[in-house]
Amino acid sequence: MQALYDKLKQHYALGELSEQRADLCFFTVPREHLSSLLLYLRDVEGYTHLVLLTAVDWIEQNQFQLTYLVNNRLSANDIGIRVLIDRDVASMESIHHLWPTAATYQRELKEMFGIDFPGSPRIDEDFILEGWQDLPPYRRDFDTLKYSEQTYRDRPGRVTHDPASHMKQQLYPDAED
Amino acid sequence: MAYSPDRSQYPQKKADGTLDIDLSSGKYLKLWQGPQHPGITGNMSIEITVCGDEVVEGITHVGYLHRGFEKLMERRSFIQCFPIVCRICVPEPDFNEYCYAAAVEELAGVEIPERAKWIRAMILEMGRINSYLMYLGGQAGALGQAVISQWATYVRDLMLDRFEELTGARIYHMFIMPGGVRDDLPIGFKKRMQDTLQEIEKTMQDIYSVMFCNAVFHKRTEGIGIIENRWLDRYGVTGPCIRAAGVPRDVRKDQPYLVYQHLDFDPVVGENSDIYTRADVRRRDLLLSVDLIRQILSRMPEANGSTMATIPNVLHWKIAPGETYVRGECSRGEYGYYLVTDGSGYPRRVNVRGPSYTHAMSLFERMVVNCNIADVAALLVSLHTYPPEIER
Repeated sequence: MQALYDKLKQHYALGELSEQRADLCFFTVPREHLSSLLLYLRDVEGYTHLVLLTAVDWIEQNQFQLTYLVNNRLSANDIGIRVLIDRDVASMESIHHLWPTAATYQRELKEMFGIDFPGSPRIDEDFILEGWQDLPPYRRDFDTLKYSEQTYRDRPGRVTHDPASHMKQQLYPDAED
Repeated sequence: MAYSPDRSQYPQKKADGTLDIDLSSGKYLKLWQGPQHPGITGNMSIEITVCGDEVVEGITHVGYLHRGFEKLMERRSFIQCFPIVCRICVPEPDFNEYCYAAAVEELAGVEIPERAKWIRAMILEMGRINSYLMYLGGQAGALGQAVISQWATYVRDLMLDRFEELTGARIYHMFIMPGGVRDDLPIGFKKRMQDTLQEIEKTMQDIYSVMFCNAVFHKRTEGIGIIENRWLDRYGVTGPCIRAAGVPRDVRKDQPYLVYQHLDFDPVVGENSDIYTRADVRRRDLLLSVDLIRQILSRMPEANGSTMATIPNVLHWKIAPGETYVRGECSRGEYGYYLVTDGSGYPRRVNVRGPSYTHAMSLFERMVVNCNIADVAALLVSLHTYPPEIER
């Protein structure tokens, strides 16, 4: 992996190499180099299998990390390519022209994180959350508890008890405190 | 416009590349298959546009089962995530447990006992057999052979008995946990497992005779639903679907995990990449799993102490910042967990990569075009998709 990294580094502004296992490494690349790097890895180095495309919300740094994981079937190893994008202007170049299946991943990221991929097929169509109007739910600042309390109500007649006092009342109604 | 035998001429495309489907012309009809439909795998639906009996467009709709697992896990400690991951996939939950546990162990630097690895591999193979049995019933059922699903359910039930005595549960086992497995094999388990495997082999003979030698099944599945070789990488095809196309891609062999490097086997491959070949690859893969379980039972090291490694106090377990991806070969293809930690007691991000994600969405939508409407159910089942993996 180190040899390939050194080779790539001559042409791309790669971040530090992080070798997680002998068959898995990660590095960061500037967003403008991503498409060209993926094309090179796919067509020249044999990383033909797009394993996944997902995002991590680093809200503290006001950034999204996009992770493109590609696999080389012959040499049986994976490269995870990280791209950091601004959380306020969450938009990234689409790679559906490299792997048509990426369009599905990008549709999900648009819905769940609000990251746009202009030009990606059906990018604005609902994927899982039909008619969702709220903040994209996989963002860290989406408050699931608040959403649940606003959206759902307890069934009428449903009462919540403190377990300790309730069981004491049920089992030992005459006991003194 | 004169009739052309080239079916790809219909419908014509607009200048922007989208299909020119005018429903008001009376030439096309829009149909919904699912979410409650015998020709659908699980809770999803397909929006099909047909011209006569030919499908001109198919769009997959998911979202009926979304439970937000990935988000839930960000609010739970590492041990609290363990009992919920199995619920992502009902018919084969153990891969979720394994991939999650292996990812946590890797980032936390936990080495599990050797015997736990063998037990894990056995459980994964048991789950694979169960999943294939469900598939065989579904594939035959989609073509009108209801008896196969009854036979498959019978032997699957025997395997569920083995799961029950080993883990205490039949469907969601919650047995493979970070650090190892919850317990060792019960007394007499090997003998009962051998009997179950024998019964499965016997039933598979019957299934082969009635399903795979059936003239109708041949006629309805051969040469239909072909995945072209040029689509394999472009659409992220894995598992039996890629092996049926002649590519011996199997994570168990290519990037061995647990104890697969100690087992003797070759990936099962086919040639024709049609529905029949995919079904046959799965049938032979099921028999391979039977053989692998026998190998595991005979080569497994003797019980020697706990099947759990020493792990930190799970209530205060914090894992240093890091990220990893762990994969396994499940019955449908590559199953993987991408886990990111930030030094806190909770996962920063968990992403589940299920094979159905690519198979049921982009690949199926590509394959269903120009398919006969009667073959849609058989085609979808032949991709062996489970919607919960798509929407998690």
